[in-house]
Amino acid sequence: MRTCGATPGGPDLAGVDLANQTVIQGAVLRGGVSDGVPNGAPVGNAYVRLLDSNGEFTAEVPTNSEGQFRFFAAPGSWTVVVLAHGAREEVKVQAQKGTPIDLVIHI
Amino acid sequence: MSRATSLVSTEWVQENLSNKNVVFVEVDEDTTLYEKGHIDGAITFHWREDLQDGLIRDLISKEKFEALLSKNGISNDSTVVLYGGNNNWFATYAFWYFKIYGHQDVRLIDGGRKLWELKGLPLVTEVPSRTASRYVAKERDNSIRAFRDQVIASIGIKNIVDVRSPAEFSGELAAPAHLPQEGGQIKGHIPGAKNIPWSKAANEDGTFRSNEELAELYKAAGVDFAKETIAYCRIGERSAFSWFVLHELLDLQNVTNYDGSWTEYGSLVGVPVAVGA
Repeated sequence: MRTCGATPGGPDLAGVDLANQTVIQGAVLRGGVSDGVPNGAPVGNAYVRLLDSNGEFTAEVPTNSEGQFRFFAAPGSWTVVVLAHGAREEVKVQAQKGTPIDLVIHI
Repeated sequence: MSRATSLVSTEWVQENLSNKNVVFVEVDEDTTLYEKGHIDGAITFHWREDLQDGLIRDLISKEKFEALLSKNGISNDSTVVLYGGNNNWFATYAFWYFKIYGHQDVRLIDGGRKLWELKGLPLVTEVPSRTASRYVAKERDNSIRAFRDQVIASIGIKNIVDVRSPAEFSGELAAPAHLPQEGGQIKGHIPGAKNIPWSKAANEDGTFRSNEELAELYKAAGVDFAKETIAYCRIGERSAFSWFVLHELLDLQNVTNYDGSWTEYGSLVGVPVAVGA
């Protein structure tokens, strides 16, 4: 499924106090390709883990029905780990206050 | 209590789905998960609406607990099997709750909802209708619960285990990273507390580590098993998870959950606080 025109990545940021929150968010898609256009089927029952710069577990959330997730972190290096039925993906990110990280992760 | 009597596997669940004496109960932080799909026949408790008093900050009364279980057809001789998301945080909190009110046979699904989903096992949306029962709870067993004055008096004497993430322990974050960061509350930890995040007791798939690994984890962090232990976190759910590990899996006595946790301690006037790793 190609979803041209849809906004890639995580949930709508309306109402999020971006000046004071360090947001890492995104969407998990199955079966698509990373070609700059969001495509693939949203994975609504994945688990997304946030590990700190030492690889220590910090938080975990399930994805919503759109395959989306969001963390409120602190500025610095983080690793996002996606677990789903038959899949595991890791993405390293550098977070900062004010500019949300918005990921599209294919499994 | 032991791993054999407190924990069941997903295979055990599949074999007992139609066992009339077993009641599966899902308890989640994200209460919409149950509606999206749950283990066939499972009911759900809402961690706030069902398990918090609502007027004062406390557990629900014995009478309300009896009414909740009776309404859901749980009897005194039922085998209650709990599970949930967030690596069973809120399910272990409910487990502790059932123990507070003296339920005889309560167990937890190892790996919880996450392992069930990662294995691709079936979830249904039908909500079961259960015949009401007449549940009779015991008086609260406060031997597994710690209160603030006991915690303050235990500094430097008992093991105090802070099970939050290192960033919350050090004072960098005020809440877990999947929640908005709260202002106004003091950040840091209880002086002398050992930071042993709840997550270190769990494998990535949500199952508990082996008893040998768990014992080594706490001993290596400086917990003296000959002393009493108090576990705390932010609001008492993650510490219920670690309480379950210490009291149920490792079968240690004198382990309490401080459910007031950091949201209470970090708001108290004049109590000692430490920051940094």
